[in-house]
Amino acid sequence: MSRYSAFRLFLNGLTGHASWPRAWRNPEPRSSYDVVIVGGGGHGLAAAYYLAKEHGIANVAVVEKGPIGLGNTGRNTTIVRSNYMFPQNHRFYEWSLKLWEGLEQDLNFNAMVSQRGVLGLFHSDGQRQIFARRGNWMRLSGIDAELLDRDQVRAIVPQLDFDNARFPIMGGLLQRRGGTVRHDAVAWGYARAADRRGVDIIQHCEVTGIRIVANRVAGVETTRGFIGAKKIGLAVAGNTSHLAAMVGLRLPIESHVLQAFVSEGLKPFVDCVVTFGAGHFYISQSDKGGLVFGGNIDGYNSYAQRGNLPAMEHVWTAGVALMPALSRVRVLRQWGGVMDMTMDGSPLICRTPVEGLYLDGGWCYGGFKATPAAGWCHAHTIANDAPHALNSHFTIDRFRQGLTIDERGAGPNPWLQ
Amino acid sequence: MHRIDCPWCGLRDEIEFAYRGDATVRRPPADAGIDAFYEYVYLRDNPRGWHVEWWHHAAGCRQWIKVVRHTTTHAIHATAKADEDMQVPRS
Repeated sequence: MSRYSAFRLFLNGLTGHASWPRAWRNPEPRSSYDVVIVGGGGHGLAAAYYLAKEHGIANVAVVEKGPIGLGNTGRNTTIVRSNYMFPQNHRFYEWSLKLWEGLEQDLNFNAMVSQRGVLGLFHSDGQRQIFARRGNWMRLSGIDAELLDRDQVRAIVPQLDFDNARFPIMGGLLQRRGGTVRHDAVAWGYARAADRRGVDIIQHCEVTGIRIVANRVAGVETTRGFIGAKKIGLAVAGNTSHLAAMVGLRLPIESHVLQAFVSEGLKPFVDCVVTFGAGHFYISQSDKGGLVFGGNIDGYNSYAQRGNLPAMEHVWTAGVALMPALSRVRVLRQWGGVMDMTMDGSPLICRTPVEGLYLDGGWCYGGFKATPAAGWCHAHTIANDAPHALNSHFTIDRFRQGLTIDERGAGPNPWLQ
Repeated sequence: MHRIDCPWCGLRDEIEFAYRGDATVRRPPADAGIDAFYEYVYLRDNPRGWHVEWWHHAAGCRQWIKVVRHTTTHAIHATAKADEDMQVPRS
C-alpha cells in the first residue's frame, strides 16, 4: 500500500483521483486472534495500532458494529488540550498532546492537527486564583500555560462581551499548544496505519456476548459468529456498561447524551478555541468556516444519540451571552453522542476482574483529546497485563479505595461532572 | 422535551425538574460495611432500556417523584410518588 505524499496527490490528480487504492482492507473475521478490540472508534483503532507498533502484537482484530468512527469519534467538538489541574490527569493528557503533535508523520495521514490555542475565561478574583493555580500545576509538570489579563484576551478575541453584567471577562488561561484536530481523519488515519501493520478491521460486526471459561476470556460472540481471543479490550464509550454487563460487571458509570452544533460557514471569526466555563460553552471555528460549539450534557441517563431542546436553548443562550454577534448566526447541524459519565469525571483504562478483559472507557466529555494516549496506554496494559504509570490510577478500584480523581469537585453525581 | 406527569401538578415540561439519578439504589444499613456502601454510592446498572429514576420538581411543587423512562426512546412509561414501587415494562 503506497504512502501518501504531495507527489502522489499530484500523480493521482492527473487521472482524476480515480486510482487511489483503498485505505484499509475489508477482511472476513478469522476464527481467533491474540487480541480482539471491541469498538472501531479512535480509541479502539489507536489501541490496535499501538499494539502492533509498540508491542509487536499484530494478530489483532478490531470489531465494530457499524462503520468505523461513527460513534463519539464522529460526534465531538474536536478540541485537544492538556490543561488539567491534577497531575494524574495532566500528565496523561500531556502525553496525548505530544502524540497528537507527531501523529500525522507517524500515521502518514493528514489529521489537520491545528495548535491554534485553547483559551479558558475567568470572571472573578476567586476564579482567577483557581486558574492561576491550575496553570502553575501545569507549568510544574512542564506543560505550557499562560495567565492572560483582560487586555491580552481582548487582543485575541475582541468580539467577546467583556462587560457582561453577570460574567464580566477578567482574563483567561491560555494553552497555546492546544487546538483542534479533524476528528474523522483520526479514525481513518489510525485504521489505515493499523491495517498496514496487519490488524484486521471488521466492520458491521456487533458483539452480542463475551465467552468466559474459568474466569478467563475465550472470545466474543458476534453477529458474524464466534471469534476466539486470548485477550479482549473494550473501547466502546457510551456503551461500556452494556458490554460490561455481558460479563456480570457493574461499573461506576452512567450514560448521558451530550450535544454539539455547527453553524453556517463564516469568514474567519474565532481564531482559537474559547471555553466559557461559567456558562458551560466552548467554541472553535472549523477550516470550512463553520462554528463548532457545545455545552453541558442534557443531564439524564440516555443512550439516544440525539438531544433535547432545553439543552440546545441553554447552549445557544450561553453562546450569545459570551459573543453577542452569534445571535444572527444560523445553526446548520446538531447531533448527540452518548458519554460514559463516571462518578468522579475521570476515565478508566485498566484490567478488570475477568482475566484477559481490559477496559478503556468512562471518558465523560474528554474522550476525543485522549484518543492517542488512551490507545497507547490501553495497548500497554493489554500487552503487559499491567498498566503504564500514566494510567495506573485510572482503575475501577479507585472508587472503593477512596482515591477518586475528582477534577471538578462535583462528588459522585455523574450528571454534574 | 420530556413532558413529565407530576403526581401532584400534572403534565409539566422537563425544565421544571432536576434529575437525580437511579431510583432503584437503596441506602444500606449503617453497619453494612464498605462494600455495600461502595456499591450504593458508585455502582449503577445503567440499563439501555427502561430506567427507574428520581426527578425533583424543583421549579414546581418541590416534591421528589419517580419516573420510569426509556433511555433510548426517551418515552415515559409511568410516574409515581416517591414512596411507591415502580414496575418496569418487559419490553
